[in-house]
Amino acid sequence: MSENFNHAQIIKDPEDNYKILGTRPVRHDGVDKVTGRAVYANDVQLQGLVEAAILRSPEAHARILSIDTSEAEAHPGVLAVTTSADFPDLGDKVANLGEGPVNLAHLAANCLAKDKVLYKGHAVAAVAAQNVHIAREALDLIKVEYEPLPVITDALEAMKDGAPLLHEGLLTNLVPGGGKAETPSNVSDHHHFKRGDTEAAFEAAHIVVEREFTTQTVHQGYIEPHAATAHWNQDGQLTVWASTQGSFSAREQTSEVLQVPISKVKVIPCEIGGGFGGKIPVYLEPVAAVLSRKCGRPVKIQMTRDGVFEGTGPTPASFMRIKLGVDETGKMTAGEAWLAYDTGAFPGGVIGPGVMCVFSCYDIEHANIDGYDVCVNKPWTKAYRAPGSTHVAYAIESVVDELAEKLEMDPIDLRLLNAAREGTKRVDGPVYPRIGLIETLEAAKNHDHYKSPLEGPNRGRGVAAGFWFNIGLKSAATAHVNADGTVTLLEGSTDIGGTRTSISMQLAETLGIAAEDINPKVADTDSVGYTDITGGSRVTFATGLAAVEVGKDIISQMKGRAAKLWECEAADVEFSDGVFSQEDNSISFKELCAKLNTTGGLITARASVDPQGFTNGFGVHICDLEVDVETGKVQILRYTALQDAGKAIHPSYVEGQMQGGSVQGIGWALNEEYLFDEKGHMLNPTMLDYRMPTALDVPMIDTVIIEVPNPSHPFGVRGVGETPIVPPPGAIANAVKNATGIRMTDLPMSPPRVHSAIMENGNGTS
Amino acid sequence: MGKKIHVSTTINGEAVEFLCEARQSFLEVLRDTLTLTGAKEGCNNGNCGACTVLMNGVPVDSCLVLAVEADGAEFETVESIATEEHLHPLQECFLEGAALQCGICTPGFLVSAKALLDNQPEPTEEEIRFELSGNLCRCTGYDKIVRAVQTASERMKEVK
Repeated sequence: MSENFNHAQIIKDPEDNYKILGTRPVRHDGVDKVTGRAVYANDVQLQGLVEAAILRSPEAHARILSIDTSEAEAHPGVLAVTTSADFPDLGDKVANLGEGPVNLAHLAANCLAKDKVLYKGHAVAAVAAQNVHIAREALDLIKVEYEPLPVITDALEAMKDGAPLLHEGLLTNLVPGGGKAETPSNVSDHHHFKRGDTEAAFEAAHIVVEREFTTQTVHQGYIEPHAATAHWNQDGQLTVWASTQGSFSAREQTSEVLQVPISKVKVIPCEIGGGFGGKIPVYLEPVAAVLSRKCGRPVKIQMTRDGVFEGTGPTPASFMRIKLGVDETGKMTAGEAWLAYDTGAFPGGVIGPGVMCVFSCYDIEHANIDGYDVCVNKPWTKAYRAPGSTHVAYAIESVVDELAEKLEMDPIDLRLLNAAREGTKRVDGPVYPRIGLIETLEAAKNHDHYKSPLEGPNRGRGVAAGFWFNIGLKSAATAHVNADGTVTLLEGSTDIGGTRTSISMQLAETLGIAAEDINPKVADTDSVGYTDITGGSRVTFATGLAAVEVGKDIISQMKGRAAKLWECEAADVEFSDGVFSQEDNSISFKELCAKLNTTGGLITARASVDPQGFTNGFGVHICDLEVDVETGKVQILRYTALQDAGKAIHPSYVEGQMQGGSVQGIGWALNEEYLFDEKGHMLNPTMLDYRMPTALDVPMIDTVIIEVPNPSHPFGVRGVGETPIVPPPGAIANAVKNATGIRMTDLPMSPPRVHSAIMENGNGTS
Repeated sequence: MGKKIHVSTTINGEAVEFLCEARQSFLEVLRDTLTLTGAKEGCNNGNCGACTVLMNGVPVDSCLVLAVEADGAEFETVESIATEEHLHPLQECFLEGAALQCGICTPGFLVSAKALLDNQPEPTEEEIRFELSGNLCRCTGYDKIVRAVQTASERMKEVK
């Protein structure tokens, strides 16, 4: 497979001598996905299936005085209408749904508004009908009486004393340490970490740079709209077909919102057309379920695209103030960060990881961090690929670049001098295990891209680093060994980007067989052990670990069968390279499979894991660009992403994560934003107007994979999915600065913004 | 709503008849009535290209074609790209080159790329990017898609 596929440069660990890991087999679900046969949530067809549509609020903040659904119910072809009145009263119950605590009343009120609508596009009612056109006709017949309330969309405004409150009794959570603020406000969480004496350290610093940055609301932009089908059978069993990043999480959320026993809910995960964090919460599942209970038929809902933009969780806008001090050598001595993210309509945003990530790449002795999650009248923000990290990386990497300039130091050298390494303690507490930031920075410095001269007017080069965690969480897998030497693998991680294959390869490596001899299936919640969400860069790491454990169980059971054949003790049978042996006896994995039926039957193995050791992924990006000073348009000329992957199980899909994340970051840096009017209405809820990058907007994305094995995984795997979105805005801002002399402190660096910055700086006539 | 309308068309070489409402898109009929669910709905307003099909040899967003407009036309969908036994070189290259992650945009890209190579067997990178710019992908960053099309173009040249 040479041809033109242009594989990444891989800087391998010298100990590495794997047979399967590091190869590039065709993904197991591939043929279905290139022939149109793969079944996504909106492809589900069932006997008696009907379709539903959602009524969304035209107001960004209003009290609901009344909802009259009688005309809609009487409309020919309508089968059921629902509002939040059909949901049970959940009080203030909080449940842990895999990614931390969730207030169930908020979750339910986001699916269907209860007393108030809190953002334009907030779901208010839903109609099931013979087809979606009839359902939409009926939406127009629902009469909702609103009492408009003051609208607030900016986090800093919402933090001010006397600002209109979204949630009247909301008391700020104080993190760490617990406790709550005494007076209600729109601030849902305040995180504060401090170490050392920042005041004295800034006083003593050689150079101090302080800057303010803003970013706007951006959406994950998955191409598949949310879709769900529910069938509430007469026996009380609820089956849900969903596009979800976590079938077990969707099951828990649905069961909690509806207050039905979890055993009565089965979630069948369909193929998922992108998620990036946005398909963790439920929006449609409980609504489709209630409609199904009312009309006795399976109900399918697919969101419209404007429904996706306005009604699902994008990632927050932010305000950030960063102050960083260095001594004469460039050593960072003091750092301060003040961060406010808008959480949107309900409490519980991503300021937590923002706070943890802001200084995560560097070793800074004295530091002070304050971070606020603030409720505003915008959609309830959710995770988006390394949630909260891209914002702060843009800010800190810009400040680091400015310091390098003032120190007259190479920006990579400055980062190398201060880079986090094994033993570095992050400001919020954790101490890093073996990490690969230094190796990644060194690889960037030695890369042909960084060493090549960049010439021409209005061109610039920028670099930036980025960090994201890999969470562990729970995963399970079950395997059935077949008589023909193949293994059927059931796992619970919905596959968004080729993880069936990266998990199968780890089982194949363990068993010494070909990746193609594993037949992976993503199973439903009744058919596989509990598995947390596909997110947190965890699937190849944690579900992969479950597959390795399954492999060990298979080997152990098969040693028993070999012992039976050879009339010896199982403990005397050895296994290596896919062959079982004992003294002069030996038999291959495949040959022994053929004898399983006559030595006690075919074998099933299973494993559930809950790995505790979190790991870390670091990336460094290099970007060359040219600014059109007449229009403000930025064209990326060359882009290289480097990342420590621990061990790249399937390098093509690691490259794919790096390339895809980079381009999402480029979109965020250069063009994407929610535009709101003063009423809190989104002005650009279409893909054309939101304007994500197209093939024509970006160059090839070169990749370098660095392999510094993760000590807490048997094959050294680190999660790779999220880190690549983190560095681009910083790298691009630094390149724009080098191209134009202007430091862009507001995202996106869209043509109008760049153009006016050029005009303001009197640099518009080159 | 009125009476349903009778439409005679050709899809993937087969004569097909269906009844539809005037307000239905061709995409809707393709997916819901004819169960050809390879074409995907990503936006329903012609922005994303996930529903791309060939109409009389020209790539179109099937969400922007009214079902009644299908009368007398000839369509090719993603379901027709492979033969009974073999994948098309584009499909092979998408798989070997890992040019898909979630796969929802893949049918649209394959149809657009096939139309491109049918008309211009040796496109430049710029031409590929231009011709595919009506298809959005959020997972891959396009690199591997462009390379898969380039590689398929080379393979198809070798076969000739």
